[in-house]
Amino acid sequence: MNSYTLSHLKQLESEAIFMMREVAAQFERPALLFSGGKDSIVMVRLAQKAFFPAKIPFPLVHVDTGHNFVETIEFRDKMAREVGANLIVRYVQDSIDQGRAVEEKGPNPSRNGLQTITLLDTIEEFKFDACFGGARRDEEKARAKERFFSHRDEFGQWDPKNQRPELWNLYNGKKQQGENFRIFPLSNWTEMDVWQYIYSEKLDIPSIYFTHKRDIINRGGTLLFSSPFVTLMKGEKVENMQVRFRTVGDITCTGAVESDAATLEQVIQEVATARQTERGTRADDKRSEAAMEDRKKQGYF
Amino acid sequence: MHQTTEPITNESYLNMDLLRFTTAGSVDDGKSTLIGRLLFDSKAIFEDQMEQIEEISTRKGKGYVDLSLLTDGLRAEREQGITIDVAYRYFATPKRKFIVADTPGHVQYTRNMVTGASTANLAIILIDARHGVIEQTCRHSFIASLLQIKHVVVCVNKMDLVDFSEEKFNKIREEYTNFASKLNIPDIRFIPISALMGDNVVEPSKNTPWYQGGTLMYTLETVNIASDLNMIDSRFPVQYVIRPQSDEFHDFRGFAGRVEGGVFKPGDEVMHLPSGLTTKIKTVETMDGQLEEAFPPMSITMTLEDNIDISRGDMIVKPNNQPESGQDIELMLCWLNEKKMNPGGKYVIRHTTKEARCVIKEVRYKMNINTLHKIEDDKTIGLNDIGRVLIRTTSPLFYDSYNKNRITGSVILVDEFTNETVGAGMIL
Repeated sequence: MNSYTLSHLKQLESEAIFMMREVAAQFERPALLFSGGKDSIVMVRLAQKAFFPAKIPFPLVHVDTGHNFVETIEFRDKMAREVGANLIVRYVQDSIDQGRAVEEKGPNPSRNGLQTITLLDTIEEFKFDACFGGARRDEEKARAKERFFSHRDEFGQWDPKNQRPELWNLYNGKKQQGENFRIFPLSNWTEMDVWQYIYSEKLDIPSIYFTHKRDIINRGGTLLFSSPFVTLMKGEKVENMQVRFRTVGDITCTGAVESDAATLEQVIQEVATARQTERGTRADDKRSEAAMEDRKKQGYF
Repeated sequence: MHQTTEPITNESYLNMDLLRFTTAGSVDDGKSTLIGRLLFDSKAIFEDQMEQIEEISTRKGKGYVDLSLLTDGLRAEREQGITIDVAYRYFATPKRKFIVADTPGHVQYTRNMVTGASTANLAIILIDARHGVIEQTCRHSFIASLLQIKHVVVCVNKMDLVDFSEEKFNKIREEYTNFASKLNIPDIRFIPISALMGDNVVEPSKNTPWYQGGTLMYTLETVNIASDLNMIDSRFPVQYVIRPQSDEFHDFRGFAGRVEGGVFKPGDEVMHLPSGLTTKIKTVETMDGQLEEAFPPMSITMTLEDNIDISRGDMIVKPNNQPESGQDIELMLCWLNEKKMNPGGKYVIRHTTKEARCVIKEVRYKMNINTLHKIEDDKTIGLNDIGRVLIRTTSPLFYDSYNKNRITGSVILVDEFTNETVGAGMIL
């Protein structure tokens, strides 16, 4: 390569920074959805880069399902402190207690769907007009057609058939009162890009991404963490296994993978040879062919 | 299917470059199969995705694994068996990472093709070897040319169905070359392939001993795109002003944006538009440290020697190389909305980081995008129409022709009432 070319990762970084600045300029009250997962960690780093040497000009927001990995929550709080950002946490449990959301029944009730209610309430409470998410188009089929600037109506809903065309680097954030946008600066990144970026930027990530011993229930091929939120079913047993997680979500539906990967290099090696998508370990996406599309239409991330 | 086995190491990954391409073809010409094969052979299709489409193909009684199910992500698309929207796909080889804008081939979806082409370095145009150059081929090629895609790879597909006939291939090449002489595409290549059988897609075909060129994958990996960016005409649209107002950076005033043309270095004399004032670049800042130079498409923050009033929508350029400036602008305009363009109507216009309003002064002509003829007796511009129009903006834009710079030469029009993006314009 000659000196006037940028590596693909640098191009993706520049594209994401461009988008973050565009949002800060076009919107009045943006927020960055931050779970402490690897994609949102990358998002925070990109936001730091976009506004350096100033601080990130918007708050970090976490919609907490209450079904968390302790390690991720500790990590979330530590990172928000380190970058000097304002962290807003809202709880799905509160939505349930207020009768706005109803807990799923069954042996591993997921709160992923309920997050939508708390998220939309939070958007309303703070009058956020643009929320950054770390979703990528390579994650899931319905996401492959989502825009960088994804328009949501006043009910927070996504209309996949009526999306605004996005051309060149011209992003249209115009909206009516009460409407808002979800912004996805990592749209063009793949799982591998995210890992390589974490590697090249030497970013810290929660320990659950690396191999560790954990009590696991094997439910139909999904390796669930044996937490108080997961009820043991007939014929199932708890096994102590050497695992790691590829994604961080509601612990009742985030599956682990058996792995010995203890370092970032080993994790990357594993990702490179993986034959399953990372969302393949998410039980919530397996519920139907259009599970993600349906959740997104209702206002999911 | 053949699997690429060469490993991607961390070092090579961090040095890979990026090629964005778009694929165009008509219904049933094997586009989904071709993309499916590129994804499969580069290991971008995972087992669970494959299992899912195998299961659905079986359930729907198809006798084969329908690779188009990989790209048709929305429920309505699967129900109707058509692709509605641009879908983006990703794969990588040890040499490059690829972003594929997969656009549907139906007549009514010019809008999507224009969208997909707007960010592409290269276009793959598929031709069915049995049918040769058809109306849709012309339309796709015209759009590629209009959107200034510099590299077009014409894949003559289904060669297996014409016995890999060299004569057939040459005839199509000749037909296409004749037609393309009316267009502005500097680099056109032809590859005889069978997406279904894999001939010349990733592996050279034994069935085409008469073909000496590279496979499609080889072409995608090696086509030189470094020279496609404009490194001559320095353009820096100001996107955001950074003022930390902290103790450490008390007087810091940085102008953030992406370099959209040329090279900027500390010490360079620069001019601010619209004021016309000149100053020098003090530093080029990033969180990773100050830079010696900045070039497209880097996102940077610039500090200047003198205190000039600069805000979003302004542009920083070199005094001896300025863009055009004006309010009366000629465009090739592609209409993207069901509601027809309103002649004399007012729209919001976005150009680089600037927003203004504009009025449609005149429609010069409409294009027949199948024949490339100018239509002068019907000037209504509706969904998927492309026409040449004159607009007047409320404040001057600093622009280049789209030929010269795709970023400083492009605009979108936004409906003032619905806020929808309704038009995409390329400045002449």
